[in-house]
Amino acid sequence: MGQHSTDSHGHGHDHGHHEENHGSVKSYTIGYIVSLILTVIPMVIVFNDMMSRTGTIIVILVTAIAQLLVQMLFFMHIKDEKGPRYNLMALSLGALIVITIVGGSVWIMSFNSYTQ
Amino acid sequence: MAHHIVSPEVHEHHTQEQEDLKTAGFWLFLVSDVILFGTLFAVYVVLVGHTNGGPTGKELFEIPGFVTSTFILLTSSFTSGLALLQMHAKNLKGLIFWLVVTILLGGAFLFIEIEEFLTLVHEGATIGTSAFLSAFFALVGTHGIHVTLGIFWCIGLIIQLRKHGITTVTKRKITNFSLYWHFLDVVWIFLLTVVYLMGVM
Repeated sequence: MGQHSTDSHGHGHDHGHHEENHGSVKSYTIGYIVSLILTVIPMVIVFNDMMSRTGTIIVILVTAIAQLLVQMLFFMHIKDEKGPRYNLMALSLGALIVITIVGGSVWIMSFNSYTQ
Repeated sequence: MAHHIVSPEVHEHHTQEQEDLKTAGFWLFLVSDVILFGTLFAVYVVLVGHTNGGPTGKELFEIPGFVTSTFILLTSSFTSGLALLQMHAKNLKGLIFWLVVTILLGGAFLFIEIEEFLTLVHEGATIGTSAFLSAFFALVGTHGIHVTLGIFWCIGLIIQLRKHGITTVTKRKITNFSLYWHFLDVVWIFLLTVVYLMGVM
């Protein structure tokens, strides 16, 4: 029974089932190049002191989040899951928790800095 | 004997479903890891100014080091994707080749990180020097431990691939590893942004 779980069976089935989920060399290369660009932009801005402090922080956070989305789409194929998107639901919950923890910590500790 | 009723196709379908479920479970692990890193980021952002009269990020971080390791890790994320494509093309040699490239790049990343840590400690900037450095070593170190673990995991997978070839089970394992590796690269993007780039601003 165990040997049936090897890949020698059900090729065709496996293929048709999954084909659209794998991405291609093209999609990975696009993801890689866009990621490189989104990495170089904040580095250039920061190393050359091109913007004000607040402006720089906004730009480098935006490029980081953009790269997160690019890699989730082109590398992790988050949109291509079949059936109910449980991974997206779980990720949304994770994002909510992280935003609450990070945002909440920064916000509440900003009051603390007045007393120091 | 009852097993004979189950055709290989049905069985394969069943195994495939089970393996898909395991990948879904792996997503849950990744989400829990997102929360782990989220809390460490929160700690770092809160404590970054508390240097206890000691060195700040601006004085400590060396630009060539973290720029190099960023591009190394990004490239390794790309090569782990190429490995996945080779797996779907049922090319075992190509798959193992790109996994080895991924491991080597991961090793190079780790080498730079360990060297950075050793330099910091040598300069007297240890995990006990200030709240800022405690948070720094905890956050960056946790990522480094993840990369270390990923390298050993990948070595284990290569051994399994050589033994069993590309099966439904090894496919799922490679898929999960590749998700894990992409995830580590995404975490590094935020480390680069929040710790290093904001540190040297």
